[in-house]
Amino acid sequence: MAAKPLAVLVIDENRIRASIIEAGLREAGHEDVTLVYDVAGIGRRIAETNPDVIVIDLENPNRDMLENMFQLSRAVKRPIAMFVDRSDSASIEAAVDAGVSAYVVDGLKRERVKPILDMAVSRFNAFSRLARELEEARSELEDRKVIGRAKGILMKSRTISEAEAYALMRKAAMNQNRKLSEIAQSLVTAAGLLGDDA
Amino acid sequence: MSDIRFEISAGFLPLLDSALLVAAKEKDFAAAEGIELTLVRETSWANIRDRLAVGHFQVAHMLAPMPIACNLGLTSLAATTVVPMALGLGGNAVTVSNALWRDMAAHGASGDLSPRVTGDALRAVVAERASRNAAPLRLGVVHPHSGHNYELRYWLAACGIDPDRDVEIVILPPPLMADALGSGSLDGFCAGEPWNTAAVLLGHGRIATVKATIWRSSPEKVLGADARWSDANPEALSALLRAIHHAAQWCAGPANHAELAGIMAGPAYVGRPPEWMLPALSGRLGTAVDNVVDVDDFFVPQAKAATFPWKSHALWFYSQMVRWGQVEHSAANAAIARETYRPDLYRSALKPLGAALPGANAKVEGALPAPTPVGSAGASLVLGPDGFFDGGLFDPDDLDGYIAAQRYMPG
Repeated sequence: MAAKPLAVLVIDENRIRASIIEAGLREAGHEDVTLVYDVAGIGRRIAETNPDVIVIDLENPNRDMLENMFQLSRAVKRPIAMFVDRSDSASIEAAVDAGVSAYVVDGLKRERVKPILDMAVSRFNAFSRLARELEEARSELEDRKVIGRAKGILMKSRTISEAEAYALMRKAAMNQNRKLSEIAQSLVTAAGLLGDDA
Repeated sequence: MSDIRFEISAGFLPLLDSALLVAAKEKDFAAAEGIELTLVRETSWANIRDRLAVGHFQVAHMLAPMPIACNLGLTSLAATTVVPMALGLGGNAVTVSNALWRDMAAHGASGDLSPRVTGDALRAVVAERASRNAAPLRLGVVHPHSGHNYELRYWLAACGIDPDRDVEIVILPPPLMADALGSGSLDGFCAGEPWNTAAVLLGHGRIATVKATIWRSSPEKVLGADARWSDANPEALSALLRAIHHAAQWCAGPANHAELAGIMAGPAYVGRPPEWMLPALSGRLGTAVDNVVDVDDFFVPQAKAATFPWKSHALWFYSQMVRWGQVEHSAANAAIARETYRPDLYRSALKPLGAALPGANAKVEGALPAPTPVGSAGASLVLGPDGFFDGGLFDPDDLDGYIAAQRYMPG
């Protein structure tokens, strides 16, 4: 007979990341998943959902409050920090590196919990990678916009072609050992100060 | 400047009493000892504990009772943690909401921070609320294993208020205290600076009493070190202790307070205005928008052996863990608490500097009514006044007797 399904509570102020974790849990066949974005009233939510596993991001400033609540909990299911036997320090390290922590109900078999933690760790890492890539894409887009504006300023002020304007900026960037976007930004700023922005 | 011989990462929380670590880095005392010191601001004490356990940090700014709790197994996932140095004395206050202060003032509280007068007024408010079945007052502390929790409870109990039954004590991170007071979700809190000053300046509350009057010259934060690291790297640890010793001397100089306040205000550290930092450094505490009180020894970074890890401090914290049901008293547990604080490491690091080193590892807490020269190696040393506001004495040699006598009996 299959073991009783685990109830999982995910506490994360980042709603997108919480949804990614939730999707991962559901894919792995966990149906009883609750998401909490705000720790206000968390005691009541824990009593209602009676979770076997609690996943929380390490950035959450309320971990001390939560741990204290677990310690004082008079409920039968008392959550303790993941793998207190310390025999699996590699997975604890992986979790802390990824920025996630978990609390599990005392006595729960680790082979049932480990896949959940592993999944949370890989999704946290994937989320960080995504956030980084998004940030890079965003700044690339900004760069492209400012380079376009700088080109326009040069084309207008020197009556040159777009290709010539671009070549001029590239040369300046190479000579000064600076990024093209920095040269473009200086041009735009200077043009703005001089009041001849296109 | 010497070459880099050691790389050390330290976690800290945004509190004024991280100043010794911050000054060690920012004023190049660490660099002068050949240390590349990386400071990482954290959001919870749980993170500090976890990242020390997995080796991200070698040392950390920690609540003085926390390493004892780690070694007693009161918290999971903890590395064996030693305390080779304290990070100063004092620095906390109890702040109450404007509404609670009005009620306390109606029952005789004055603005002089006296724990006895203020505590008696609070007891009257608690009794009055109970008589009309109002909800118990809710008071915040930052962690169950903190000086804040124990000194708040000590003060309440000594004033006839049962901390477990007459009020509700909740855990909240220090930067959220002032807002919680303002929004009415807290009636009061005990926390470190600058968060009391913040509550006053934001108009959310009033400082009712201070750690420096509840237990004068008492420890607050310590340097916690991962024992695996400190055992394997004694030279690195000694170099760090010397750097922090020099930083403590610098922090203690009144001429440096403005600069220190500016450093602590920086976005990488506390990230709040410099004027929030100054009251703790000068001891001129704005307890209300219209009231300033000069507090002796509000925060002591260096004088009076303020960085010495007294075993009597460790044992007093242990006695409070027992008192409030966090741990069972046994000779083995008391030994774990005693051995967590390591004056031997402190002495061996600072002896070459000729620093004032107490001759003893422990002292009777509350025994010095006035500044008193004591036996020391190196420079001469003056301790005290110290002491509990209710006249209590803690003799570490009579731990069993103290623990037996302190059980709170509601009147």
